[in-house]
Amino acid sequence: MAELRFSNLSKQFEGSARPALAAVDASIASGEFIALLGPSGCGKTTLLRLTAGFEKPSAGRISLGGEVMADETHFVPAEAREIGIVFQSYALWPHKTVAQNVSFPLEVRRVSRAERDRRVAEALALTGLRDFAARMPAQLSGGQRQRVALARCLVFEPRAMLLDEPLANLDLALRSSMQEVFRAFHRRIGATMLYVTHDQGEALALADRIAVMESGRIRQFAAPEVLYREPADCFVAGFVGDGAVIPVRATGESMPDGTIIEVLGQRHAVRARCAAPSHVSIRPENVVIRDSGPLRGRVVGQTYLGGRFRLQVELGGETLVAYATRRARLGEALGLSIEDAWAFHDPESETLMARALAHA
Amino acid sequence: MSVTLAHKGSSRSTDRLLLLVLLPVALISLGPVVRLLLEGVGVGSGLTTAHLTSVLTQDSTRTALLHSLVTAAGGTVISVLVGASFAFLVALTDVRAKAALVFCLMVPMMIPPQITALAWMQVTGPSSVLLKMLGLAPPLGSPQPLHSPAGIILLLGLQHASLVFLTLRAGLRMLPAELVEAARMSGAGPWRVWSQIVLPLSLPALIAGAAMAFVTALGNFGIPAMLGIPARYSTLPTLIYQRLTGLGPSVLSEVAVLSLLIAAVAILGVLASRLMLRRGGYGLVGFSGTPLALSLGRARAPVEVALWLFLAAILVLPLAALLATSLIPAYGVPLRLDTVTAKAWIEALFTQPVTRRAYANSLFLALAAALTLMAFSLPLAWLMERRPTVLSRALDALIDLPYALPGVVLSIACILAFMRVPFTELSLYGTIWIILLAYLARFFVVMLRPIQSSLAQLDPAMEEAAASVGAHLITRLRAIVLPLAAPSAAAGAILVFLTAVNELTVSALLWSSGTETLGVVIFNLEDSGETVMASALAMSIVCLIVALMAAVQAGARHFPKGIIPWQS
Repeated sequence: MAELRFSNLSKQFEGSARPALAAVDASIASGEFIALLGPSGCGKTTLLRLTAGFEKPSAGRISLGGEVMADETHFVPAEAREIGIVFQSYALWPHKTVAQNVSFPLEVRRVSRAERDRRVAEALALTGLRDFAARMPAQLSGGQRQRVALARCLVFEPRAMLLDEPLANLDLALRSSMQEVFRAFHRRIGATMLYVTHDQGEALALADRIAVMESGRIRQFAAPEVLYREPADCFVAGFVGDGAVIPVRATGESMPDGTIIEVLGQRHAVRARCAAPSHVSIRPENVVIRDSGPLRGRVVGQTYLGGRFRLQVELGGETLVAYATRRARLGEALGLSIEDAWAFHDPESETLMARALAHA
Repeated sequence: MSVTLAHKGSSRSTDRLLLLVLLPVALISLGPVVRLLLEGVGVGSGLTTAHLTSVLTQDSTRTALLHSLVTAAGGTVISVLVGASFAFLVALTDVRAKAALVFCLMVPMMIPPQITALAWMQVTGPSSVLLKMLGLAPPLGSPQPLHSPAGIILLLGLQHASLVFLTLRAGLRMLPAELVEAARMSGAGPWRVWSQIVLPLSLPALIAGAAMAFVTALGNFGIPAMLGIPARYSTLPTLIYQRLTGLGPSVLSEVAVLSLLIAAVAILGVLASRLMLRRGGYGLVGFSGTPLALSLGRARAPVEVALWLFLAAILVLPLAALLATSLIPAYGVPLRLDTVTAKAWIEALFTQPVTRRAYANSLFLALAAALTLMAFSLPLAWLMERRPTVLSRALDALIDLPYALPGVVLSIACILAFMRVPFTELSLYGTIWIILLAYLARFFVVMLRPIQSSLAQLDPAMEEAAASVGAHLITRLRAIVLPLAAPSAAAGAILVFLTAVNELTVSALLWSSGTETLGVVIFNLEDSGETVMASALAMSIVCLIVALMAAVQAGARHFPKGIIPWQS
C-alpha cells in the first residue's frame, strides 16, 4: 500500500488535436478507494493506463510511495511497478485454468511451490472461487471471471489496484452483488484502489473520494456527499446527481454559511462558499411542494420511481426536478419553495458568457 | 537508479528483437528480388540494356509469351467456370455435405501440378492402363491428346479452380443475408436474385479470384513442362527451364530478363484486376452472420449428383489411373489380376537411391523451412502487430512478393543472389541451402499470415495483464502469446510443409545431382520414360498429402477461423 501522486500529468496522443490528459494534479492516500468518474473520452482510462505503465506521459510525474514511476527522465515499465489491474474484459488467459491464472504472478516472482499453492488457495478462498480452481475461464460465468481477475490481482499483494470499469460487462443484479464484494474486499485488505467508471451510482456507492473528470481534467475531487451537496462547477452539478443548474444573479448580501441570490424572479437564501455565485444547483430534495410556496410551476413530465414520483416542473423558462408522494396531472400548477440549495461560482461559464456577448 | 536501468533495459530489448528478426527476414525474402531487378538493368555488366533488347526481340521469347498468355487466360476461364459454380452452389444453396464437397475440391489444389499432369496423362492416350482395362484405349501410335495447348489449359483450369472458389466464397460470406431476403420480399425469383443481386455484389471477389488464378497459372511450371515440352509448346517458365538446363549459368542474364518479363505480366494482371475492382466496389452494410441457404427444391438431388460426378471426374478418375499405372510391372503391360505387382512401389520407396534421396531432401527442406519460418514468424508477427514501425509496415506490404511472383522468377532471383554470396567467396549454387533459402523466401507469407491473424484477434489486455503482474517481455511472449498463437503457428507450419514437400517450380531450376526434390524426381522419371515408377512415387506423395490435410482437418476446431485455406 502506498500513496499515489500525480503532478502536472499530461498525455497527448499522436494525431489527436486536444490532450487526453491536461495537467492533472492529485494525490491519493495509502489505502484510499478512489473512483474516476466521467463521460467516455474524459481521460479517465488514460489516467489509469498511465498509472499502470502501459502508456508514457507526455509531461508531468507519477509517483507511488515516494518513488517516481514516470517523469521526463524515468519510466518504470508496467511489469516493475507492482500495481495490479482488473480489466473490463477481465483478460483472463484462456489457456490456463483458474488456479494457473491466479498463480502466474507468483511464478513470475519465483515464489516457491508450497508458498505459491498456499497463497493461490488463500486468494481463491477470499474471492469465493475455491471450487473452481481447476476450471478453464471459458467454463465460468461473467461474475466468476470477474472474481478470478480480482484474485489474480490481489494474490501478489500489489502496492495499488486499478479497476477499469470492472462491472460494465455484468448484468444489473450481479453488479450490485459485485459492488458488495469490492467493498468488503477493500475493507479487508485495505489496498489503495483506483476505480474507473462512467456509472455515478457505482462511484457514489463505493468510493471514499471521487475524481470527476471531463476533457482531460479533474473537475472536482471530493467525497461523494460533498460532490452531491457542494458541486464545484456546472459540469459536476449536472453530471453527478439529479436536479437543475440555473444561472443566478448575486446580491452580495451574505448570510451565515451562505448568501442571498436572485433566481426565478425571487430572492433565496442558499448555501455558498463564495460571495458572488454565478449558478445554483437545485437538487430534487431542495424543491418542496407546498401550496403556500412563493413559486408557481407547471408539471411538464412525470416518472414513477417506485415509492415516489419524479416530477419535472417548469417555471420561468427553467425546469426543476422535484419528488412527490402522489401522482400529479400533466399541466397541473404547483406551489413550490426552494430550500437549502447550493450556489457556486463557475468561472468557465463566465468566459463563455463574455465570449457570447463579444460576438453579439 | 534501478528504476532507470529497468526502463532502458526493456525498451532496448524490444529494439534489439526488432532488428534481430526484421533484418534477416528482409534480406532473405526481398534481397533476391531486388538483385533480380538490378540484373535486368545490367548492373553486373555495367548498366546496359543490351540483354533486355536482345532477349525481348527474339522470336522464341515472343512465342513463349504468347503461349503463356493463351494458356493462362484459357486456364483462368475454366477456373472461373468451375470455381464460381461451386462457390455459388455451396455458399448460397441448401446442397448437403458442403464440408466434404469443399474438402474434395481443395485436394487438386494441394496436389502438385506435375502429379496432376502425370495422373491425367494416365487417363488419356494410347498407353493408358485404365482405358486398356476397360478396352477403350485408342490404338497404339495415336497421339496423347493432353500434349497440346488445350490439355495445358484444361489442367491449369482444374488446378486453380479452388483459388477462384475460395476467394468468391469468402466474398459471398460477407454478403448480408438481408439483401437477398429483401430482394425475395420484393418478389424476385431465385434466378433474378442471383443475376441482379448476388452476382453484381460478388463481382469484386470473382475478379480478385480470377486474377489470382491467372497469375498462378502464368507461373505454373509443372503442367506446361509435363504436357508442353513433349509437344514443343513452350511457355515462359518452360523456356527459362530449357535455356538454363541446356546452356548452364552462362545464360543467366538472358533468363533474368525472361523472368522479369513474367513478373511484369503477372503484375500487370494484378493491376488490371485492381483497376476493375476500384470501379466496382460497393460498401456493404448489414449483418453477414447468417449463411444463406436458398432452397433448390426438387433440383437439389440432381445438382448434388452433378457436383459429385464432376468431383469424381477431376479427382477420382486421374488418381485411379495413376494408381493403376503404378501397379503394373512395365509400361504397356495391361493391369490384370495376374499382372498386378507392387514392384514399382518397392523400387520407388525403398530400392532406388535417387528416390530415397529425394524423399529425404524434400522432407528435410519442408521440415527445415516450416520450423525456421515458425521461429521467425512468431516474434515478427508480434512486433508487426504490437510495435508497428515504418520499417515493419513496409516489410508487411512487400512480403507477399516472393510468394505472389511466379516461382521461376524467384528461382532466377535466388541463383543471382546466392551464386556468389555477397561479400564472400562462398557459392550456394548447387547446394541444398540455396533451395532452402528460396523456400524460406517463398513461403514466409504462408506462415506469417495465420499467426498475424491470430495475434490480431488476441486482446492486448491479455499481455497487459501479464505485464501488470510483473512478467517481462520474454516471459509474456513465452507464457501468454506463444501458447495462444500456437494453433495457428501449427496450421501455418503444416501448410508450409505441405506446399514445400511438393514444390517443383523453384527446385527445378535450383537442384543438382544429390539435391533432387520429390517434384524434380517425378519430372525426371517421367521424362526418361520411367512412367510406372513415377506413378508409384506420385501416388505415395498423394497419400502423404491427403493424410496431412486430414490431420489438419481433424484439428480444425483448435485453429482460429480463416486459417485453414479450405475452410475459409
